Amino acid sequence: MTLEIIGISVLWLFLFGYVIVASIDFGAGFFNAYSLFRRKQHILTRVIQRYLSPVWEVTNVFLVFFFVGIVGFFPKTAYYYGTILLVPASIAIILLAIRGSYYAFTTYGGLKQKRWTYLYGLSGLFIPASLSIVLTISEGGFVSETASGIELDYWGLFTSPLTWSIVVLSLAAVLYISAVFLTWYAHKAQDEPAAELLRKYALFWSLPAIITATGIIVELRGHNPEHFSRLMELWWLFGISFILFAGTVYLIWKRKLYGIAFGLLTGQFLAAFFAYGISHYPYLLYPYLTIYDSFTNEAMATALIIAFIAGLGLLLPSLYLLLRLFLFNKDYVQGKRNDHA
Amino acid sequence: MGNEESVFFSRVLTELTLSFHIIYATIGVGIPLMIMIAQWVGIKKQDEHYILLARRWTRGFVITVAVGVVTGTAIGLQLSLLWPNFMELAGNVIALPLFMETFAFFFEAIFLGIYLYTWDRFENQKKHMLLLIPVAIGASFSAIFITIVNAFMNAPQGFDIANGQLVNINPVLAMFTPAMPTKVAHVLSTAYMTAAFVLASIGAYRLLKGSNHVYHKKALFLTMKIGLIFSIATAVIGDFSGKYLAEYQPEKLAAAEWHFETEEGAPLMLYGVLDDGEVKYAIKIPYALSILAHSNPNAEVIGLDQFPEDEIPPLYIHYLFDIMVTIGMWMTALSLVYVVGTWLKMRFVASKWYRWLIVFGGPLSIVAIEAGWWFAEVGRQPWILRGIMRTEEAATTSGQVDLMLLLFAGLYLVLAIGSIVVLTRMFRKNPVEQELSDRKLEKEGDLQ
Repeated sequence: MTLEIIGISVLWLFLFGYVIVASIDFGAGFFNAYSLFRRKQHILTRVIQRYLSPVWEVTNVFLVFFFVGIVGFFPKTAYYYGTILLVPASIAIILLAIRGSYYAFTTYGGLKQKRWTYLYGLSGLFIPASLSIVLTISEGGFVSETASGIELDYWGLFTSPLTWSIVVLSLAAVLYISAVFLTWYAHKAQDEPAAELLRKYALFWSLPAIITATGIIVELRGHNPEHFSRLMELWWLFGISFILFAGTVYLIWKRKLYGIAFGLLTGQFLAAFFAYGISHYPYLLYPYLTIYDSFTNEAMATALIIAFIAGLGLLLPSLYLLLRLFLFNKDYVQGKRNDHA
Repeated sequence: MGNEESVFFSRVLTELTLSFHIIYATIGVGIPLMIMIAQWVGIKKQDEHYILLARRWTRGFVITVAVGVVTGTAIGLQLSLLWPNFMELAGNVIALPLFMETFAFFFEAIFLGIYLYTWDRFENQKKHMLLLIPVAIGASFSAIFITIVNAFMNAPQGFDIANGQLVNINPVLAMFTPAMPTKVAHVLSTAYMTAAFVLASIGAYRLLKGSNHVYHKKALFLTMKIGLIFSIATAVIGDFSGKYLAEYQPEKLAAAEWHFETEEGAPLMLYGVLDDGEVKYAIKIPYALSILAHSNPNAEVIGLDQFPEDEIPPLYIHYLFDIMVTIGMWMTALSLVYVVGTWLKMRFVASKWYRWLIVFGGPLSIVAIEAGWWFAEVGRQPWILRGIMRTEEAATTSGQVDLMLLLFAGLYLVLAIGSIVVLTRMFRKNPVEQELSDRKLEKEGDLQ
């Protein structure tokens, strides 16, 4: 395995981590707002708050980690993606900023108003939409290199069916992942009404998630045939992903083993995410940028990998401690403890 | 929009984001240490007041952290969005400390979550305090790593340039630049100092506004002591910084001091205005610049005459330098008089007018932080990487920077108003007297 592959695999894994934790976070905000709209807020709010409060800051770090890492390992991405993404990434930052601070302001500062809860729920859906545009751009066809620099074809991007399919997929996946996780969490909290409601959401969102995912593979056939044929070579990974998906839905349907259902869901997305990533190889931005011509020098790559291993040595035990104290602590999850500052 | 405008708006947007971010970031670096000290004193003295102090600071701290995190994310991404050519080049050499900064940030985020939600979980208060150590370490280390990146921009090293390509890259050497020790030390000590004076200013304000509780007096004395220690440290490090500049970045020192001609026994200019190249109304201290630069009254100090005109930073940085140093000196004196006056039981330190001075000390310290950063950053113009890359070569070619500037300006306005409203509401609704009596009732309830 070359350093390039190690670098991109590590980053891809972290991006996957972000996709899962951020989905839970964004989806939770949406369900919270939706339940307020349907006057069922009393059922969900407490369970959602209890999960989100100790971890909301950690979610953000996953994203920072990914973009700092990719510029570190692949400095040329800063030039290409940095120039292209000014507008979509700035919008995403602004939404993330409003969301993050609003969360802190309401949770700790007692600033509570209905319309803000709605805005908060909706902003959580705009963020994955604006971030997932990067995936569309990376497929090529929307960027042109001219004498004065590189330019993004906004109109082409905006009118492309591929863009919208990826946006819809990201929304459906966010709501599906979040609902499955929260079902499990609510069940652990012995909050059966909340678990029941979330179970319904999970089943509801499973269908659009799987349909759009399949649809995108078909669309790639026309948009980027090279990528499509590489995807087809990895059909078995998508097969595994589908079986895991079926397993999750079955368990949720039967009201059994919610924890395992969430584990299967993670596996499903992991398989699909990596199958997509591997088939993208070796391009970071088709056809301008591959992982080879953008890779940093060897000395920096080695230093980054050493720093990464040392950092993980510090992080994994801390993350474990965080989960043990909150996610897997019965009294906390069930709301019997209130140790808040 | 032409390229020149892109450069201009990129600079304005970066300056706006950083100027806003450092207010929250400085407080975010300094306050964990203050909380730690308060909790430690509380445990040591078995004094409920100090523990409550730690607890109340923590609550306010969460709000500033939230704004610090989101604006930090913004500047982190803006580096690549607004300065893609710079990041492409520098990423090869300086990615390591940037990467390590995210680890420090991660570490802090995890333990802050744990610390916040385990206040009454452990029987032993010390165990809970231990959780704060990684928070304080994480906060300080993210400041250290990010300052290392900035130090690299001032004194790039750890690579060679051959035919326009970077070769022989040494990531560790790039971290330990000559600028790094003084920069890191100065950033840390001023962050601790500013956090202490901001907290002192809150304590003084509560005392002025009617609450005469001993809790506020303890808070005020503790923070003024800490502020004094770090303001002295800041002054000492500031002197080292001057010597660093004389040695490695003489054009920045010369521009800050309006030192036009290279000469021996150079005087130091305080205040004054620049009128057509003539310095007017300045206080001139003979030999002081030579002493500041080389610890020797007769040493030669390089002047602006040694540099081509297009490599000289803007001369207005002199005012920024003066503001920073004057406030630093003022705060040192203010806290010294307060601490000594309290020891000697002198009356005037508890008087209204003196407390008002302390109230203004917090905002003044933040002004000094801003002035210091503007001085440091504008002082290395026209370079983004001193001697290697000019700022105009680094900026994005995108045409939408002006629109983004408006959007972000709106965002920071909302965040500023939001955080101020939330923080004042938080403490106004739940004054310390209320909380102390609530806790007392709770304890008695537990005993029954």
